[in-house]
Amino acid sequence: MFVIFTRLADWLVFTQLGLAHGTKLSDALHFFVEDVSKIFVLLTLIVFVVGMLRTMMTPERLRHTLAGRRRGPAYVLAGLLGAVTPFCSCSAVPLFIGLLEAAVPMGVTMTFLITSPMVNEVAVVMLGALLGWKLTALYFATGMVVGIVGGVIIDALGLERYVEDYVWKIRMGQAAVPAADLTLKGRMAYGWSQVREILGRVWLYVLLGIGVGAGLHGYVPADFFLRHAGPDNPFAVPLAVLAGIPLYSNAAGMIPIVEALLGKGLPVGTVLALMMSITALSAPEMMILRKVLKLPMLVFFAAYLAVAFMVVGYLFNAILA
Amino acid sequence: MKQVKVLGSGCRNCVNTAKLIADKAEALGVAVEIEKVTDMAAIMSYGVMSTPGVVIDGVVVHAGGVPAPAAVEGWLRA
Repeated sequence: MFVIFTRLADWLVFTQLGLAHGTKLSDALHFFVEDVSKIFVLLTLIVFVVGMLRTMMTPERLRHTLAGRRRGPAYVLAGLLGAVTPFCSCSAVPLFIGLLEAAVPMGVTMTFLITSPMVNEVAVVMLGALLGWKLTALYFATGMVVGIVGGVIIDALGLERYVEDYVWKIRMGQAAVPAADLTLKGRMAYGWSQVREILGRVWLYVLLGIGVGAGLHGYVPADFFLRHAGPDNPFAVPLAVLAGIPLYSNAAGMIPIVEALLGKGLPVGTVLALMMSITALSAPEMMILRKVLKLPMLVFFAAYLAVAFMVVGYLFNAILA
Repeated sequence: MKQVKVLGSGCRNCVNTAKLIADKAEALGVAVEIEKVTDMAAIMSYGVMSTPGVVIDGVVVHAGGVPAPAAVEGWLRA
């Protein structure tokens, strides 16, 4: 099914540009052309289809769904809803306040905020298409577990006290938000508006990600990562997590990099740790959350995620070695 | 004169929404007063959790994402 993108890259790089097979430039360019065409076609399709399906899943409804649940199921539900709810980090603050105001426990809310950027339909379908369903299932399952365990710990430690005081004073109005247009036409229109909005937001990250991936693919010697971050280096996993913090990208932009790293033989656990760190641990997101969380909570949150990603990395390196 | 409020923290989508409404109003010749509401407590008081949201003459007509141009025309003509 994806062979047409390989053919397109073959045609462009070897036939049209007349580059020789196996040079650094042609390798990098081939990777770039193949991934750009494949990823943008996939992204458009996924976002459109999922957009049509989830016309009804709004944050307002999420709040309604999570309010008044028993805790146990609520964590799992919050994790799963995180995976299917459209989310942009600019909505994190109103979402956070809205959930707390509906008496959803802080930990359940944080579960949602952890899984939402990390696990979503774009990540799942692109990982599945480019890297295989096994890695996708691992990523999905560990993302859920990290989110749910994080939420449970936050509630167990009573970290609600580190929420900014003004948050508790906000009262939400009951204004009825207009119902979505659920006719086929309305859903298609919504699907396209999602394609425009999401692609408009992520295209640069995706291009940068593919560019970095292509550079790695073509220009970094095959054994470079194996020598420096391979299974023999006990510090490879923490380094991967650290490397992911300044690297901020959404799931779509990170996948080509991951593809290239796996191609260079980096162990799966190390790559998973890097992926999670890139999507869920980022300075911009922390700055946004600082508006509602006091500093100790934010430090705890970042530290928990870093530790959790390292555990995931070591665990899978050990299991899959 | 329609009172339009764009609810949002000031992210790019909110700016785009305000601009879209201003442009459409000018094209249609409808007098509007557009106000950007960035205070979180004020935004939430409208019951809106997903920004940008749009309030016209006190009624929430939209929440979450940049509205479709056709929808904006509909609100302004109403």
